[in-house]
Formats: sequence, C-alpha cells, structure tokens
Amino acid sequence: MTSAPTENLHRLPGGLRLPGFKAQSATGEIRDVPIPKTLVLPVRQHAGSAAQPIVSVGDRVMRGQPIARAEGDFSTGVHASSSGTVVAIESRPIPGREAVEAACIIIETDGRDELWDALAPIANPLAATPDALLEAIGKAGIVGLGGAAFPTLAKLRHAVDAGVDTLILNGVECEPYISCDDALMRNQPVEILFGTRIMLTALGLRQCAIGIESDKPEAWAAFTEAASIEGDDRVQLVAIPTVYPSGGEDQLVYLLTGREVPSGGFPSDVGALVHNVGTAAAVADLALTGTPLISRIVTVTGEGITKPGNYRVRLGTPIADVAAFAGGYTEHAKRLIMGGPMTGVALTDDALPVTKACNCLIATGPAVRTSFEPERPCIRCGECARICPVRLQPQQLLRAHRYGAGDTLDGLGLIDCIECGCCDLVCPSHIPLTQSFRDAKLARRIDVYERERAERARERFERRQEREQTRADAQAAETKRLKQGANPDAIAEILARKRGAPDGDDD
Amino acid sequence: MDIVSAIAVLAGIALVAGLALTLAARTLKRDADDVVERINAELPQTQCAQCSFPGCRPYAEAIAQGEVGINRCPPGGDATIAALARLLDRDIIALDASLPPPAPPGVAIIDEERCIGCARCLPACPVDAIVGAHQFMHTVVEDLCTGCELCIAPCPVDCIEMVATDDDSERAA
Repeated sequence: MTSAPTENLHRLPGGLRLPGFKAQSATGEIRDVPIPKTLVLPVRQHAGSAAQPIVSVGDRVMRGQPIARAEGDFSTGVHASSSGTVVAIESRPIPGREAVEAACIIIETDGRDELWDALAPIANPLAATPDALLEAIGKAGIVGLGGAAFPTLAKLRHAVDAGVDTLILNGVECEPYISCDDALMRNQPVEILFGTRIMLTALGLRQCAIGIESDKPEAWAAFTEAASIEGDDRVQLVAIPTVYPSGGEDQLVYLLTGREVPSGGFPSDVGALVHNVGTAAAVADLALTGTPLISRIVTVTGEGITKPGNYRVRLGTPIADVAAFAGGYTEHAKRLIMGGPMTGVALTDDALPVTKACNCLIATGPAVRTSFEPERPCIRCGECARICPVRLQPQQLLRAHRYGAGDTLDGLGLIDCIECGCCDLVCPSHIPLTQSFRDAKLARRIDVYERERAERARERFERRQEREQTRADAQAAETKRLKQGANPDAIAEILARKRGAPDGDDD
Repeated sequence: MDIVSAIAVLAGIALVAGLALTLAARTLKRDADDVVERINAELPQTQCAQCSFPGCRPYAEAIAQGEVGINRCPPGGDATIAALARLLDRDIIALDASLPPPAPPGVAIIDEERCIGCARCLPACPVDAIVGAHQFMHTVVEDLCTGCELCIAPCPVDCIEMVATDDDSERAA
C-alpha cells in the first residue's frame, strides 16, 4: 500500500472550510448500545423500492435472519438485528426527508440475541468468483453507509456493466459533527482494507484509492499501521484537503481522478465507483462471520447530548434508546437532526428508529443557529456562485424558481445541485437557497410527471378521434352505397325490419 | 443586348422571390398549426369538454382562431390561464364565472358491485380508460383516467364515483 502526494490532487471548485465540531464525538471509541426492548425495522431503509416482508406476526426470528426480501433489482432486504418475536407489521413514520410512512416490522426482543444458524462466512473470499461475492453481498442487505443508503449490490452490478476501472473508498466525512467514519477507520482499518480487497476481487479491479480527510491524522496512522497486515499494492491512501463538500461522491471522484461526472450521471459513467469505508467494513464483516447488515455506527452528538460519541447501534433501535444510552438529553436539547448540520433532516420524534441511512444524530442546543434573521432581497453579490462546488449559479436558479420560469431550471442545472448547503451559509441576505432548490426539484418532478400524463391522454384522445372518424367515414360510405345501388323495395324491407325490432341497442 | 440581360435579371429575381414567398407561405401555415400545438400543450388534456368544445385540441384551435377566451378551462385553473396568457401575450384573467370552479384532481372509480355491465360509459370516455364489455363488469384504468367526469352522467345505476387522487408529489416521487 502506498500513499499519494497531495499535490497531485485536482482542486474542487468552490466549497467551504467549515468548523468541524467533531472533537466532542471523535474520541476514537465506539460503544455498543444495548439491545432495545423493541426493534422497529422499516422495509424501506434504502434508496429504491421497499422490501417485502417475509415473516408474519407471531414468528420467532433470530439475529441475522432475513425478515424482508428485496423487491426488484434496485432494492435490498432487511434482517432482524436481534432475536425475538414479530409482534406487528404496520405502517409507521420513518426518518427521512419526505416524512413518509412505511411498513415496519416490529420485533419484541427476548434479550437472548440468538444467532440465526444459517449464517456462514464466505470461504476464502479473496479467491471467490465475482458472482458468488455479489450474490452474498446482495443477500446481506448491505447498502452504502455514507448516508444515501444506495443498495451496494445494484451499485456493484452497475459498475461491472459500465466497465469501471477505479474503486474509491470514501473516508472523507467532510460534514461537521459527523465522526462515525473516523471512529471506524481508527478502530477497524484492517476490516476496511479486507473489505476493499474483497470488492476489488468482486469487480476484478486493479486500482483503488482510499480518500481520507487531512483532519483525521489518527485514522491515517491507523491505516498505515494496518497496511502491514492487510496491505495491498492495488490500494493507495490519499489525503484529501479539509474542504466541504470534498466527501460528496462526484466531488471525490473529481478530486482524485480529475474526471467530471456528467450531469445526471453516476461516477461509473467516468469509470469510477465510490463506496463509503463503512460499506467496506460491512462487506468484510459479512465475509468473515456471515453477518448481514444489522448494525451501524452512529455519531450521537451536539450540545443536547450528555455523552457525545460514536455508538454501534442495532438497526431498528428507537432513537430515544440511543439517546438514553448516551447519557440522555441535556437542558440544551432543542432540536433533533439526522445526518449532518448541512444536509441532515430535522426529526420530529425520537421514537423513530435508527435506519441504515442514519450516520449521525445531533441534538442541537440553541448555539448551532444563533440567528434566524429574516430573508432580505438578493443583492447579486455572487458569493453563492463562487462557492458552489458544482459551479451552478444559485441566484439564477432562485430567480427562475421563484418568478415562474420553471422550464428554464433544467438548463440552469437544477438537477446537478447536490444540496450541500454552502450557498445558504454564505448568502448575506439569508435566503434559504438550498431549501428552495429542493422545492424546485420536487415541483419539476411533479411538472414532468403531469406533462407525461397529459401527453398520454392527448395521444389516446387523438387516436380515439381518428378511430371514430374512420368509423363515421365507413358508415357514410355504406349509407351512400345503399342509397345509390339498392332498389326501393329492399330499402322498405330493411326499414320495416328495423321498425319491428325491439327498441334499444342489444339488450 | 442590354434589354435581354435586364429581362433575364428581372425574371431571375422574380423567380427567386416567388420561391421565397412560396416557402414563406408554407412555413407560415405551419406556424399557425404550431400555435395550436403550443396552446394544446398548455392545456391539461383532461378532454372533459367543460369549455364547451369536444376536447382540448378543439378548444386550442378555437383559441388560435380568436373565437374564444383563454379562461374556459376549469381543470387547468389559474395555472393554465397564466401559461396561456404568457404564451399568447394576453392579460391574465379570472376563470369564466359561468363554468364550475376547479375541482381537486381525481379519478373515476366504478363500484363493481353495482355495475350492471351496460357499457354506456365506454363510449363516453374520451381517452378509452374504461375496460369492459356488454354484460361484463367494467373498470377504470386509474393510470389513464383524466378525471373528466364524462362517464358519470351516462351510467344508469350511478355506480361511478370520483375519488380524489393522492398528492401528485407522492406519485411523481
């Protein structure tokens, strides 16, 4: 394993240096949250279609047992994160931006935490065939653990089809407060490297870069040390400057390779595949012990938490249980955020469960946002355009969105907005830009959907008109033919028959 | 000699101009069609005929001819009026007061218990969204239904009802 000099890196356009707020949680220690009384496991914890429950109420389930199966190619299954009894399968609110409900499998745990006996490690994973590895990864319900929860199997398959040449492991974790990847890298660099090598095998690749942000010297040291155990010539460590949002998938690809992901595309379009370090560790765990994805590391932090830190949490554990184990809330706790302060979502309730996407929980005190200043008009200072890491013109987007030129938004690159929140931070007029762009994206989606529907209705209407016209023409021609050619007696006969027939069409 | 070349030049100019004018005339004609298409594209394609024209396209043609105002489309509501006003450079006006107010988007649902299979709703549907046949139960293909309500009146047993659709934001997601 080698480390690459930083001067070879490409420079991210825009971006911000943000205060880290990581010291309070980044102690390097990972504590296990005990098994909760009740596990709430949503069938939709990942991007894509929801899984289908395969257990019934009353069933006894074991730790690691699949309880919902993937539905289609872009989906993944869910596994019981401890042993117990399924007491309900019902629709409950799930954490996420859309604030929707999804079917949740509720398990009353029995505290015995018995392991499902069908779980087996992968024999000699570094020599296994790619197909076998992909199948195992798919069955284990593994998703990207950086927060987007993209099904890992779908991503790997897509990468194979697209002919990717470089694997990138994302250990950048550039958003303030979050330190779960840092904790993982410090504690389990060997596992991460092992998982990386498995993925390289599964993909048949010869090149991998692990990007680690420069503010994580302990993680860097841990990797360097681990290289003696699980080192690999194909793997290179790269220090990434601490600039937000360097850890964005497309941003990291650009930093490391200089390749720009096309608008609306994926890194695989430019031959790169990005996985979070946590995902690699999950793959290693699967290979070594056969354990599917049933827990993840969550940073629990903020002024509102008594003992900030990193915790290994079983999926489905109610957030309230996690907070209680972290010493409970302090008197400063005012709001609860899932994810980071820049891209996270405010949660309304701590009864919501920890899901595969939940990398960080912040109980914020009042200090995080001191001023709620009223929005003022845009003064066209251009700061937002200067710091935009995808080189958009936020002020133009805002204008188009607010003043009814929705159709120009596509041309202005609305879909390329990664919602990093940098423009909000620098706007001297306190305009909620990112939120406007989220709204605009939704409005565009609805608009496109409605237009498609209208287009379909128009087509069907026109086909129908055509059909009726043809029918009317044929009838007119027939009448004309009868009038011209037939003798009067025949017409009289037909009329008489018609008159004699019962009224109505056919009934 | 001079006169020959002058005639030749003039004839040439006449030919070129004639060709250009013919082309222009054709293009302009296509433009008129374009206007109808562009108006039609702004209409919601419910084909509900509430505008008193037998569908969205006939209404678009009437607007293009200047026969009728841009404020006769209840399903489109204010959004459609605004879009048409922008397209045709007219003032934004209120929906024609003689028309019913815009209803929330919905789809027709046939109560299959009560349906007698008379097939009278089938020809009423402007987008062929109802499947069924004589003496067989009918049903509405929800995805294709535009919510025009034209099938409700012909039903002799009143087994068709309008149901509000889910929020489009959820459907589009």
